[in-house]
Amino acid sequence: MLVPIDWLRDYVQYDVSIEELSNALTMAGLNVESIIELGKDISKVVAGKIVSKDLHPNADKLYLCKVDIGDGHLLQIITGADNINEGDIVPVALPGAELPGNIKIDVTSLRGLTSQGMMCSAQELKLDLKNFSEEQTNGILILPDNSVLGEDIKKILHLDGIVLDIEIIANRPDCMSIIGIAREVSAVLGVDLEYPNIEPPKGFGNINDWIHIDVKDSALCPRYTARLIDNIVIKSSPLWMQRRLQMAGLRPINNIVDITNYVMLELGQPLHAFDYDYLDGNKIVVRRAERGEKIKTLDGIERILDEEILIIADENKPVGIAGIMGGENSEVKEKTKRVVLESAAFNYANIRRSSRKLGLRTEASARFEKDLDPNLTKLAGDRFIQLISQTESGIVINGVIDLCSEKSKIRKVTMNTDRVNKQLGTNIPLKDMEDILNRLELRVINKDRNHLVVEVPSFRNDISRESDLCEEIGRIYGFDKIEPTLPRGMTTLGRINRDQTIVDKSKEILNSCGLSEVITYSFMSPKIFNKLNIPENYEYRKAISIMNPLGEDYSLMRTTLIGNLMEVIERNLNRKVEKIRLFELGSIYKPKSLPIKELPDEKKVLTLGMVGDVDFYDLKGTIETLLSEFNIELFDFIEDYHPSFHPGRTASLIVNNKKIGILGEIHPDVTEKYQINERVYISEIQFDDIIESAKLTYSYKPLPKFPSITRDIAIIIDEEVLAGDIKKTIEEEGGQLLESVELFDIYRGTQVPEGCKSLAFSITYRSNKKTLVEEDVNEIQQRILLKLKERYNANLR
Amino acid sequence: MKLELEKIKEDAKSLLMNIKNKEELEKIRIEYLGKKGKLTKILREMGKLPPEERPFIGQLANDIRKELEVSIEEAEKRIKEKGKQIILKKEKIDITVPGRKHIIGKKHPLTLILNEIKAFFVGMGYEVVEGPEIESDYYNFKALNIPEDHPARDMQDTFYINENILLRTQTSPVQVRVMEKVKPPIKIIAPGRVYRSDEVDATHSPVFNQVEVLAVDESLSLGDLKGVLITFARYLFGENRDVRFRASYFPFTEPSAELDISCTACEGEGCKVCKGSGWLEILGCGLVNPAVLEIVGYDPKKVSGFAAGMGVERIAMLKYGIDDMRLFYENDLRFINQF
Repeated sequence: MLVPIDWLRDYVQYDVSIEELSNALTMAGLNVESIIELGKDISKVVAGKIVSKDLHPNADKLYLCKVDIGDGHLLQIITGADNINEGDIVPVALPGAELPGNIKIDVTSLRGLTSQGMMCSAQELKLDLKNFSEEQTNGILILPDNSVLGEDIKKILHLDGIVLDIEIIANRPDCMSIIGIAREVSAVLGVDLEYPNIEPPKGFGNINDWIHIDVKDSALCPRYTARLIDNIVIKSSPLWMQRRLQMAGLRPINNIVDITNYVMLELGQPLHAFDYDYLDGNKIVVRRAERGEKIKTLDGIERILDEEILIIADENKPVGIAGIMGGENSEVKEKTKRVVLESAAFNYANIRRSSRKLGLRTEASARFEKDLDPNLTKLAGDRFIQLISQTESGIVINGVIDLCSEKSKIRKVTMNTDRVNKQLGTNIPLKDMEDILNRLELRVINKDRNHLVVEVPSFRNDISRESDLCEEIGRIYGFDKIEPTLPRGMTTLGRINRDQTIVDKSKEILNSCGLSEVITYSFMSPKIFNKLNIPENYEYRKAISIMNPLGEDYSLMRTTLIGNLMEVIERNLNRKVEKIRLFELGSIYKPKSLPIKELPDEKKVLTLGMVGDVDFYDLKGTIETLLSEFNIELFDFIEDYHPSFHPGRTASLIVNNKKIGILGEIHPDVTEKYQINERVYISEIQFDDIIESAKLTYSYKPLPKFPSITRDIAIIIDEEVLAGDIKKTIEEEGGQLLESVELFDIYRGTQVPEGCKSLAFSITYRSNKKTLVEEDVNEIQQRILLKLKERYNANLR
Repeated sequence: MKLELEKIKEDAKSLLMNIKNKEELEKIRIEYLGKKGKLTKILREMGKLPPEERPFIGQLANDIRKELEVSIEEAEKRIKEKGKQIILKKEKIDITVPGRKHIIGKKHPLTLILNEIKAFFVGMGYEVVEGPEIESDYYNFKALNIPEDHPARDMQDTFYINENILLRTQTSPVQVRVMEKVKPPIKIIAPGRVYRSDEVDATHSPVFNQVEVLAVDESLSLGDLKGVLITFARYLFGENRDVRFRASYFPFTEPSAELDISCTACEGEGCKVCKGSGWLEILGCGLVNPAVLEIVGYDPKKVSGFAAGMGVERIAMLKYGIDDMRLFYENDLRFINQF
């Protein structure tokens, strides 16, 4: 909300600096986002009349102009603009002038001729383009014909005031008006508020002879107040009014529209003026639209309506969308002779929905979609006709039509002052509280030692109970004056739970393994299914979709992180990051049924990705490290199939006899679709199962008392035989003395027949009862070799 | 003979002085002390001496042998030491060649900030809890005193799954879920992802992270809230940070405030980061609205609470000087590995 300071000062006289005022308002909840000093960075720019305009003798696209700036001399100015003509009055930056953006203007020479200044566009003056017509902003700004030559442009364009840009919080529609802001200033600075003196003038006739108003849906339109003005003279509104509107960000149009806008800004009640002569049947009907009914709104766009949208109609047709925008048909125009003024209260929820549905938000709807004061309608109508009369814009027809379906009840709220002090942590005396409330027009009508009874005015619908008054007292007293304390009371145990501990620790372990953490959106694109080779009916496709996504790529809730990680890998490779080690530990969203009827399961998954200078075993090793750090012993990797993975390089992770994840190399068809030329290794693990199996407690096992014996064996076996199977056989045959088996070499080549491979294992034996001797292990070694021969036709190399 | 012995000793000693390696030493040892060495030879000739001289010469020869043995041992040590020195010298390396680094993965900056926030509140006796991201309208709005068509719904554009299920727009629903289950005293924080249908740009993201803070007890005041949050703000942004509480509006707190800190970029002078105001908004807070306490079945006359909610991305941006929110979700490893 833009608040011109001199307008504000009409209602509240204060004597603090603009910075102090801004700070006080900000602290009390009216956040002053900026203090705009109009024309601050413009100097020595005046109105000048173009006396002559000729082509520059040495250039094609330049003009040589003589400009009269009212001091008897003519300036020679060269310009490239072609929207200007002899006789136009334009802003002229004189030599030595300053323009916004720290631009300084001096005498220059253009193609051999002197230019004594510059003619300026609205853009160069950083003017709010909203305030000007398209013709005015298309090139050099053309000023009104009656502008005084030589006069400072800041005066002509009213660039000489201070405007506060205030953010209005959602529950304070009463502050979407100058009066509302003034009321806050009055409370915050402790100065008096003076309302404008509103006295409706007398006119002639009787409104009821002219028009009939019929509110068909009083739930959506609880109050409708109408006034009628005859003998309208359409003209410009007075300059002071134009100036205030411009400073508040509205473009002056004509006296009638300007007065409606002025009253809206002043009091917060949006008004609308209809051209009476375009209303069929001398009637205004407030009703729901019929499905498919159409109206062309003031902005020239045809809108298709439905029965949820409230409209203002005459006997036959819609003439406006209630609370949002008027119709073009009944617009106030040059020829308008009579207007009906609408000052109404609408159901805010309905206005909000309609405004959204139509994608149409206006100054009016921004106010109507909040809970406005229904008692404003009458006052605003009175103010309107007062200004009509003052500006000699028309003659008022006597009488007011005021249809009010429900009288607003006066609310009384009782407040316990001790409790308020306790809640705030203050010792504000009752008298001070009373003062604060009264300044906010929350009238204290009764009190005792520690209670105040407050009558809440109709413009403060946000106040209904003690805590609301507590806030009012707190914010006006000043939150900054409240002494910070630390809570007393019961000691509580601060902690993170087991799940969170395991998540945190996993990140540490993976970091130690060289993997960095990434965080991706919780969305996924339906395109990833094809990119990842995911067949129809596959688990991943059972995804929850968002009704109103930002776009197709963000339309599903992810059921796997593999797609998101592939994108991260793709992006990094494109940016020449070639060694990629990363992981994401995040949620996937699994519906219980589709479409969902209840909240879905949110499952944690851990997804790892590696590219560049890695193979399957780096990935597997990382997982093994993670498992062993959590003391998970019972795990296995078995060959498996997954549509996104290389068929010969894919495994499942089995923990406690349950498949909890997949790992392997991404299928070349998939990497191709991501335009990745590297081998990509990915694993996705159901992290909740890791959490379940992880052991976080430690217990000490005595260190071995006796030395171990280590034997290395190398065997030649068929290529098809899995190292894991060999290892298992060794472990089975090794018996109790076997401590560990490590595969340390795989060899193919000379000395190994084609189609075979050599595996070398290091086997460690130990007894906890004695020092082992050669004979103890020879026998076991023999047994192992025999078994390997028998099962896998393995020969010692 | 005595002279001869003296000469052998002197010769051997002078040879040993200039010796260069083990081989030379061995040669000298054999030459003088060996079975056929000079000293042995002399001793063999002792028989030719008159008997009265023999003990004296014998004694002398033995002394010389011992003395030479010591000298040889010393020479040997010298040679060894010299050899060692040569090897050490040879082994000199270029220490300016870069070392072999261990690659350690990095945590995402959001995790780092979250860990800092968690550490603070855990230390203050708060428990870390979580709630669902896909939430019912009830928990996200209604139970937080935001009925349908309430102006506050304007403040947050919501992604819907269906009429009643949505992506939570704030972590505040966790407040309600906890209060429904537990009786005061409550001290929790609830970190997690939240969603708003904002187009992606430098300061908006449809997915971002919040941390909710909630304390409910018999008599918590706005002063207590200030005490906790001022301590927190200074913990995160430095002891000398100016902090202010500005009145604001949230449907689920009453009174409501925003906590601003003096701008981290300009220290309050006014700059682009703080849009000239000198202040940066870092969190919203307030006393829990009694309407919310009533919804969960607490008696607002007996208990009161305070709550706060903060954006993790925003705090990370301010702390690390990050100027574009998209960086968090692009996951360029050159970005992540800076932390």
